[in-house]
Amino acid sequence: MEEKKFEPKIAAFVCNWCTYTGADLAGTSRLKYAPNIKMIRVPCTGRIDPVFIIKAFEKGADGVLISGCHPNDCHYNTGNFHARRRWILFKELLDFVGIDSTRLHFSWVSASEGKKFVDVVTEVVETVKNQGKFEKYAKINEEFFIHE
Amino acid sequence: MNELKEKAKELLQNGTVKVIIGFAQGTIPNRTKPFIVRSVEDAEKLVFNKYCVNNLAMYLTRKEFKRNGVVGIVAKGCDVKAIVQLIQENQVKKDDVYIIGMNCSGVVSELGEEFNESTVATKCLHCMVHTPHLHHTLLGSLEETPKREDKNFVLMQKIDSMTAEERFDFWEAEFERCVKCYACRQACPMCYCEKCIADKSIPRWIESSAHTRGNFAWNMIRAFHLAGRCVGCNECERACPAEIPLSLLNRKMGMTANKEFDYIPGMNLNTPTLVGTYDVNDREDFIK
Repeated sequence: MEEKKFEPKIAAFVCNWCTYTGADLAGTSRLKYAPNIKMIRVPCTGRIDPVFIIKAFEKGADGVLISGCHPNDCHYNTGNFHARRRWILFKELLDFVGIDSTRLHFSWVSASEGKKFVDVVTEVVETVKNQGKFEKYAKINEEFFIHE
Repeated sequence: MNELKEKAKELLQNGTVKVIIGFAQGTIPNRTKPFIVRSVEDAEKLVFNKYCVNNLAMYLTRKEFKRNGVVGIVAKGCDVKAIVQLIQENQVKKDDVYIIGMNCSGVVSELGEEFNESTVATKCLHCMVHTPHLHHTLLGSLEETPKREDKNFVLMQKIDSMTAEERFDFWEAEFERCVKCYACRQACPMCYCEKCIADKSIPRWIESSAHTRGNFAWNMIRAFHLAGRCVGCNECERACPAEIPLSLLNRKMGMTANKEFDYIPGMNLNTPTLVGTYDVNDREDFIK
């Protein structure tokens, strides 16, 4: 019998105005991308609190994708600039506590870049597949006896 | 420390301040306690020495002090950094605080110990503000700061050289001990939120039970909320009953802020805060 392949779980936080619309375009253009991505729509990348990313990993995500408007394209003018600065700091913190920041992916995908969205998703899924399951955090989950 | 007592009396008598936050002798030798001076008689009890470790800037954001009008505060260089950062963040008005700056050549790392070469606090080894950079009065004199090996930094380098798995194991063992008492939050001059994210229950972002999983979230978020704001007073680590090396996290964030943005918190009144602003030229090589 063929061994069951590892399918990673990836949480994607995407901005409403660019990447979510871009993903929509990918759909209407009948482009295919991996179903491992669980998309969560937020108003802006500036809305993505690092606690979301921690929560995603805590709940067993193997990777996280964050995507929003290109610089200067933000619907709220400066949201993605603020977010970018935060990520530089947050990535370093993730690495320091031992959550490999290569599992955290960032991209700028505009509303017209349906093809780019597909490429990014394919690449992210491939990378996380090669890295394997994120077991360290999951192990803590298992020993936690209260289930929500 | 007669000049401190005289200055305090003078300030209270001429009505510059109604209240002064300072230090008084503790119950055992080599120990001081925070002390609130409201009368000229109380000013007699003020002390300042190597055992004045507490960062009193923490009191400035508390409601009961805000209604006192101008508050006098006995502050070392590191406390002044915290005050400057609070002013930058609009939590304290510059005119509402009267800083009695104290020249400080280092404090003890743990209260109760004798101050000497081996017990000088880690933060004092690299201190840039032995003479407070913002003050209304400057008192005291400087001596040479004792030098010792920075074990904290050695440990940090050791962690940096580990693999991600090893680092996770290291922190898992540390965070396991966290009992979620939030003493780190209470002691921190920068933790002034009316409602902390750890207390929010709809939705509950950070688990309230003291389980390693939620402990990871809490300690990471605490460190992140202090990124580019932490002035390195190390009060969190001193307050921690589980002896988690919280200063490592704060220091890592501080070093990143310095490396990436050339920013040191609490040094300049007029610069905007690090995460409160942005630069269009910020690095984005990690973004596809």
